[in-house]
Amino acid sequence: MAQACLTLHDPALGAQSAAKLAAFANVLRANGFAIGLAESRDAFAVLASPAGRRPVLLKPALRALFSATREDWRRFDEFFDAFWRGKGMRKVQPLRGGAAASAGQRRPLPPSFAPEAPPGAKESAARDDEGGGASTMGDRRDAASSAEALESRDIRYIADPLEMAKVHALAERFARRMRARLVRRWRARRAGPRLDLRRTVHHSVAHGGTPIDLVWRRRKLRPLRLVLLLDASGSMELYTAFFARFLHAAVDAFREAEAFVFHTRLVHVSSALRERDVARAVDRLALMAQGIGGGTRIGESLADFNRWHAARVINSRTAVVIVSDGYDTGEPERLGLEMQRLARRARRIVWLNPLLGWRDYEPTARGMRAALPYIDLFAPAHNLESLAALEPYLARI
Amino acid sequence: MPLAREDIASRLAEVGYIADRDLATALWMMDFLKRPLLLEGQAGVGKTEVAKALAAVHGAELIRLQCYEGLDQNAALYEWNYQRQLLAIKAREGAGESAERIEEQIFSEKYLLERPLLAAIRRTEAPVLLVDEVDRADEEFEAFLLELLSDYQVSIPELGTISAVTIPRVVLTSNNTRELSDALRRRCLYHYVDFPDVDREAAIILARTLGVASSLAAQIARLVAAIRKEDLRKAPGVAETLDWAGTLAGLAIEDLRQSPEIVHDTLICLLKTHEDRARLTRETTQRLIGKVA
Repeated sequence: MAQACLTLHDPALGAQSAAKLAAFANVLRANGFAIGLAESRDAFAVLASPAGRRPVLLKPALRALFSATREDWRRFDEFFDAFWRGKGMRKVQPLRGGAAASAGQRRPLPPSFAPEAPPGAKESAARDDEGGGASTMGDRRDAASSAEALESRDIRYIADPLEMAKVHALAERFARRMRARLVRRWRARRAGPRLDLRRTVHHSVAHGGTPIDLVWRRRKLRPLRLVLLLDASGSMELYTAFFARFLHAAVDAFREAEAFVFHTRLVHVSSALRERDVARAVDRLALMAQGIGGGTRIGESLADFNRWHAARVINSRTAVVIVSDGYDTGEPERLGLEMQRLARRARRIVWLNPLLGWRDYEPTARGMRAALPYIDLFAPAHNLESLAALEPYLARI
Repeated sequence: MPLAREDIASRLAEVGYIADRDLATALWMMDFLKRPLLLEGQAGVGKTEVAKALAAVHGAELIRLQCYEGLDQNAALYEWNYQRQLLAIKAREGAGESAERIEEQIFSEKYLLERPLLAAIRRTEAPVLLVDEVDRADEEFEAFLLELLSDYQVSIPELGTISAVTIPRVVLTSNNTRELSDALRRRCLYHYVDFPDVDREAAIILARTLGVASSLAAQIARLVAAIRKEDLRKAPGVAETLDWAGTLAGLAIEDLRQSPEIVHDTLICLLKTHEDRARLTRETTQRLIGKVA
């Protein structure tokens, strides 16, 4: 405080305080504040004004000027006190969600996010080598590595890392294809019944005011928005890596898509998935979603979503896709209630359950039963074909 | 010369808006730097009210643009009066005027319909322009708004460029239904409006409601703060608090403890969904009253 007061009371407002203000702006920039030259210039103007001589006013003034989001607004005081009053932190905080920060300290992936998902994979590969290629695994033999065969196979049974990589690539390609098709439909449907007076009159000028060329107002449809909620709990382990790829491609391809991962709590992972490089994106996703184990609280995760994110990410054309096996360790009543709330907001709720592809599966898990009444489409998601079946459904919304 | 910060705070109080220090500073900076002010916060915290109070403080006109999905330039900026233009074309044609002359005539001021944004930059006295719920508008509109807010001029192809006569005071509000662009955020000063604390809410009740004693106002403010802490779908806003305070005053209640039944029955002023209403049972209300009164 003392130092700040000294410089600020200095009537000459010398180069010293100007330099200090510039340094402060730099600290904020390094911490993710969007501050341009215009903002710095205005900050100098404030500093030179009568208000600049009163530190009590300076803080709220600079906060209003330099913040752009609620997050900035909340964090500003900390930075201000640390910088001008020498309190608290000394060092620049690592960039929020920055790629540079995570690159240096990358930790090994939790097993469920590693690209070779099934635990049997390594084992079978090793046995292959020993046996000089005499494969004993039945599902490996009939894995004609054509795309079609891969598309219809349950992810659980894909053991070969190479095949797994192929499936991941297909999942990505599929998400992109889905986007292209959806958008095409959107454009083809452009037509509408209303006359556009503005353009009609404009065209009529050439004919001396007689509206010969009629211009029709076309309906502008906004593309579908996707919100994906992925269950990353232990029971979903075999499928998580696969869906992480799918999420990555979907967030990348849909201009309007948001992704969340949940297990015992909910994590917003869209920013991690916007990373172009798949491996790094999935890597960051894994870091953000750490804490796996200890059961799945679907109900509470949904409650979090409804309370903090739903208003922002859901609009009138939003399909919410939940990928989960429905094994909930929380109260089923809670899950039912939150599903009801979600259903009221979202246009459609799609629940993808990998177990549904298993033979003889019945949705008897209590959580799953509680959620069923609010689901518009309950579909299997154990292989690529089942995902592909989703696209025509979404296009109709 | 912009008003000093203290003047703004006291004048806001005079027109019935109790501002905290941060907001008064932000409003002062808005005048000083000629930048728009972006207000964010939950619904019902009094964002729109800020603009109204600001207009009252400066004795300026309030021009309001309510944003919605699909809002376009025609609805926000200007529109030609087509029906009148068509009539004029026919009438003048009959009088034998030339096409060029007609065109010149029908694209003149007379046939121009001002919409809020154009109105705001053409007033001789700087008005307060309130762009309400800007997050509901499309991204295209946001980009256009950004352009207007940095240059304060618009071009109408048929008329030419219109520059601002005076720079309006611009207040934008957002409910966070969509993420606003960084460019727009950077262009604006930022203030996060939170629910007022108990003291300020009590002051607001006293300033805005007739016939409420200060002890009751404090009780109401405390109870509303407690209700906001309950797990509700929709936390009651300041406007709801004022409604409720007015209702209690109308029922001549002087102390919340004196008639918990009436308190519970009048909670419909605060709780606007069936779910919330069901959640706050009679017992809960009793408990809350016991805690705060």
